[in-house]
Amino acid sequence: MRALLAAAALAACVPAAAVQAASSPPAVHIRDDAFTPATLTVHAGDTVTFINDDDDAHTVTADDGSWDSDGLNQSESFKHRFTKAGKITYHCTVHPFMHGTVIVKSAP
Amino acid sequence: MKRASFIGHVAWTGAGIAYVLGADGIVRAADAASGGFSFVQISDSHIGYMGPANGDARGTLEQTVNAVNALPVQPAFVIHTGDVTHLSKAIEFDDARAILSRLRAPLLALPGEHDVIGAEGPARFAAAFGRKDAAGRGWSSWDQGGIHFVALINVGEGETMGVLGDEQLAWLKADLAARKTDTPIVIFGHVPLFAVAPEWGWTTQDGTKAIALLRRFSSVTVLNGHIHQIIEHRDGAIRFATANATAFPQAAPGTPGAKPGPLAVAPGSLLGVLGYRTVEVDPTVSWQDFSLARA
Repeated sequence: MRALLAAAALAACVPAAAVQAASSPPAVHIRDDAFTPATLTVHAGDTVTFINDDDDAHTVTADDGSWDSDGLNQSESFKHRFTKAGKITYHCTVHPFMHGTVIVKSAP
Repeated sequence: MKRASFIGHVAWTGAGIAYVLGADGIVRAADAASGGFSFVQISDSHIGYMGPANGDARGTLEQTVNAVNALPVQPAFVIHTGDVTHLSKAIEFDDARAILSRLRAPLLALPGEHDVIGAEGPARFAAAFGRKDAAGRGWSSWDQGGIHFVALINVGEGETMGVLGDEQLAWLKADLAARKTDTPIVIFGHVPLFAVAPEWGWTTQDGTKAIALLRRFSSVTVLNGHIHQIIEHRDGAIRFATANATAFPQAAPGTPGAKPGPLAVAPGSLLGVLGYRTVEVDPTVSWQDFSLARA
């Protein structure tokens, strides 16, 4: 709650910056063999950008196999649009210990 | 193995050259020169990688090919134990084939997890390096030089990395059941069959099931890649050895703060941690690792 109030206060002070932050496209960074954030919450219809910041190769692959980034080299990215509400889990096929989750809420 | 299927095995088109070699011809040539039988293992060439750990992965694979081609006795074959490419891209397979086709000895290649990325990876690997006589997802066995060789697949295509799967284990059980206990066995695969560092994906989860099938044999050698460094391990009569990469090293398991992945070493010391392995059968199986710095 305190963070929310702080955010609200910040938004009141610098509305342009706050609006820009709120509308910036959702992204997941791949860094040090981990998806960051590990759990991302978006709305149905949102497109998420996955960016590989590592020197190593990674993939972003739905656990149910319905979508796959193919191999991403360093600084390459992959976009996926999440159309249905639900909890989607994904992994990296090259590093099967890397797991991530996208929670898709119904469109506002 | 019948002669026809043996010739099918060595009639290897994967490297872009049709090797029409009779089994007798290969084995006799090796025997005449060394009194034994030899082959070479190379691994983890990661063609397509360009980063601080190696700015020229093609060049270091070319150096490896040159070193193997310069061996005074040519090996019966060269086995590449996987991660031929970095990202399974078509251009990477083309580049790898162009370089590996310069090997004087026949080439056999197994996929690593980097070779079966995405929807197209497995098909691209099969088109570039697949073998005609393989079963299932590409596993195979053959007899050569008095050894029973088994090439296992423990990456990709419907399976989690580091899994053999029940279908392959059933095939392995049937394959080994027909062998005498004193037949020397050599196993190839990409991911180590034993648990090197499970937290880094450096293990085969159902590897213990394969190891159980190998226990009755008096001589078993398991040669893997994947971890870009030499680690040897013994479990009864079963000897395990992972190989150096030709592309870049990785951290030793247990290194504080380390992660698996390309490891940049001091300038000038890269070639010392890349290399290839010669394996001699005379009649016991022994091996020697060579770095590219010595080549």
